[in-house]
Amino acid sequence: MGEVNTFIQSVPLNYFVILATVLFCLGVLGVLLRKNAIIILGCVELMLNSVNLLLAAFSSYMGDGNGQILVFFIMVVAAAEVAVGLAIIAMMYRNTKSVDVSIFNKLRG
Amino acid sequence: MDQIIFFIVAAIAVASAVSFVFNKNPMYSILSLIVTMFSIAGLYILLNAQFLGIVQVIVYAGAIMVLFLYILMMLNLNKADEGKKQNALKFIGVFAGGILFIGMLGAFRGVKQNIFAADGIDHSVGLTKNLGKLLFNEYILPFELASILILAGIVGAVLIGKKDL
Repeated sequence: MGEVNTFIQSVPLNYFVILATVLFCLGVLGVLLRKNAIIILGCVELMLNSVNLLLAAFSSYMGDGNGQILVFFIMVVAAAEVAVGLAIIAMMYRNTKSVDVSIFNKLRG
Repeated sequence: MDQIIFFIVAAIAVASAVSFVFNKNPMYSILSLIVTMFSIAGLYILLNAQFLGIVQVIVYAGAIMVLFLYILMMLNLNKADEGKKQNALKFIGVFAGGILFIGMLGAFRGVKQNIFAADGIDHSVGLTKNLGKLLFNEYILPFELASILILAGIVGAVLIGKKDL
């Protein structure tokens, strides 16, 4: 890849900030509105992705690779988080035959 | 030209995210989330972060979303049986989300418009070669710790998922 990519010199950084804001707020909206626990976990993933996009955009516009390393580590942590979270959801389903979060309001085993 | 490509990919990302949040059927929701992940991978590649784009496709669109679909199919939840939520709660949720969105947009209303990349910056920081050098020199300790975290995640998932402990 010898040639220069003109993308980051013709698209303003502000567009990425707005796009990431929209995606993050959609994720928050999903967490607040939905009742399916799997979808709520997916909304958290959407929020993580929007933050990743913002970090990568800033890193790329600055010409500094450290931000992209941070994105990589966030992806690693998100993968571990999803594995444990989905195991918890499968456990919830086994105990109550439902993944509706509104019935998990009694803090007992 | 670049702006047109950006707007197309961003529109796909936002549209599929909206479909993800508001679709009643969990299966269609997760499938829309996969489309969002792919369009974000496309944005990474447009940003000259090829390594992140490929990792996004492999880890997010590949592994994590397959895990979601697997759990969804295993629990047989692929039908729209979401219970009714009270209208007041819905209204509060939309209100809080809207306030967050407006607040975030307002926070950078005064920011300088049309920020572009500087002329002399390095365009190849996102290539696998350069990120690999950075990862295995400066960030070698966090990299190894991440492997321990993944191992702990695997053990935790198996431990939680076991029927009788």
